[in-house]
Amino acid sequence: MSSQTLFKFESQKVAKPYFVFALMLFVGQILFGLIMGLQYIIGDFLFPLLPFNVARMVHTNLLIVWLLFGFMGAAYYLIPEEADRELHSPKLAILMFWVFAAAGVLTILGYLFVPYATLAEMTGNNILATMGREFLEQPLPTKVGIVVVALAFLYNVGMTVLKGRKTAVNVVLMTGLIGLALLFLFAFYNPENLSRDKYYWWYVVHLWVEGVWELIMASILAYVLIKITGVDREVVEKWLYVIVALALISGILGTGHHYFWIGAPGVWLWVGSIFSTLEPLPFFVMVLFAFNMINRRRREHPNKAAAMWAMGTAVMAFLGAGVWGFLHTLAPVNYYTHGAQITAAHGHMAFYGAYAMIVMCIISYAMPKLRGIGEAPSNKAQIMELWGFWLMTISMVFITLFLTGAGVVEVWLRRLPESGAAMSFMDTQDQLMLFYWLRLISGVGFLIGLICYLLSFKKSLQTAADDRPVPLPAETA
Amino acid sequence: MSETFTKGMARNIYYGGSLFFILVFLALAYHTEKTIPERTNADQLTEAVIRGKHIYESNNCSGCHSLLGEGAYFAPELGNVFHRRGGEAGFKYFLPAWMKAQPTGVPGRRQMPQFNLTDQQLSDLTEFLEWTAKINTNDWPPNIEG
Repeated sequence: MSSQTLFKFESQKVAKPYFVFALMLFVGQILFGLIMGLQYIIGDFLFPLLPFNVARMVHTNLLIVWLLFGFMGAAYYLIPEEADRELHSPKLAILMFWVFAAAGVLTILGYLFVPYATLAEMTGNNILATMGREFLEQPLPTKVGIVVVALAFLYNVGMTVLKGRKTAVNVVLMTGLIGLALLFLFAFYNPENLSRDKYYWWYVVHLWVEGVWELIMASILAYVLIKITGVDREVVEKWLYVIVALALISGILGTGHHYFWIGAPGVWLWVGSIFSTLEPLPFFVMVLFAFNMINRRRREHPNKAAAMWAMGTAVMAFLGAGVWGFLHTLAPVNYYTHGAQITAAHGHMAFYGAYAMIVMCIISYAMPKLRGIGEAPSNKAQIMELWGFWLMTISMVFITLFLTGAGVVEVWLRRLPESGAAMSFMDTQDQLMLFYWLRLISGVGFLIGLICYLLSFKKSLQTAADDRPVPLPAETA
Repeated sequence: MSETFTKGMARNIYYGGSLFFILVFLALAYHTEKTIPERTNADQLTEAVIRGKHIYESNNCSGCHSLLGEGAYFAPELGNVFHRRGGEAGFKYFLPAWMKAQPTGVPGRRQMPQFNLTDQQLSDLTEFLEWTAKINTNDWPPNIEG
């Protein structure tokens, strides 16, 4: 079967290394997560070889970078098709893949093998201090590298859209990607005043994950739904605009829920509480959207796994980002929960549901085509993939529940009592060990799910010859 | 969604709504900028405090600790550690001694690395955490334990 019957433009193939490398980094993220899960219980595990702060930096930075690889892969795959023309420069896309992969690997090796203070000194942090802030720990050269890669990437996909067809899907995706790159520039701004530093730090962190990343997520979801359901594009795109409108209308001022206790003025207590209460709405509409489109489908697409990821990402994003976000977003609640394990619970399910799952959704849809297997992997491979889906998703539900339990007890012991009666941080931690054990076991479940998921790729090769689904001619259009 | 609500209308809400709230957001940023100097005692933001922040960042303290509730949740909150550990009288003695005693080496217990900071750096870090503890945080954290 020639690849021409599977996807429309040869240049869509550049997405493949991005997806493959994203999943490799995902494995690393989970392994370091498990190490941290154990360090929460056995405090000196791997100390001083791998202190907790290093493991955490690797865990969170791998997450961010694999999602960025996933988003770029998604854009390289769907933008040529949406724009109805070849990618402006496939060569540039491949070159940038290697630049970004090398920068990512070097950064992680730097974290692991060089003491952080030495790394900071070596990489110019005394000239322009940007390091040592949560999620923005990357050395200056890495941050510059991210900007270079992002600019080349935006130029490449931007030229493709400009010269080609503009659809709601690729315009919203482009807006999200441009926003992502522009907001990252605040990573270079590190004011001397801690409150001001924190204030603009959220321009990167919040306006990414509760702002422009939602645009990226929604447009990828819209694309996959158009492809697998055959529902009229006009209908899908109307939903897409409603979702992204709700995302930005609630999410921009929703930033205020991070400004309660960092030295910003009191007006944010109201603005942050009110607008972040609206933040679950776009995710709720995404659930309606995914289920509606799939119920109203006009064709039976053979890739059932991709449809499951599409529904799954909407539901889990609503639960993780929407419900678990709302749980602690009101200022009077957040006063007690801020900076405790509730935040960790929310962070885990939100990132998995909204962003890890949307990347696995587009990978599920695109990879069988990119690998020349067909419209969909074999049934056996899809069953294996669904095992991965359910094991990872259920494990993440349990990780979230156990961290929530830990957070509630933590707040009860350390935050609610008056000074003098409240338990100290470390004594409180000792009381949470049961939750941490259960969280770790759930984490092992997640790893098993991830292994099933990865094995499904192998299985689709093994069984491709004898159990190949028949491609639908309509799909090539 | 009904036929009277068109894609064009949805698109206009997206563009118009986003633009409107971006403008409100920028206005609030202006207001915040105006209030930060007073709320953070910017007049006490000395060179030592600035160096102390740099030390806090260069050693990735936020990889384990939270500061005003942000960072990691593996080790105690440091936004009010000044008040918790000695205050005006004692904190400047407590912090250097504490940092020099790490790691404790107690088996199974969470360990803080030895950062080998100089006395000057420890003093700067102390100044930074004292300044931080005096930021007007709307009365957060709820109690001394952080």
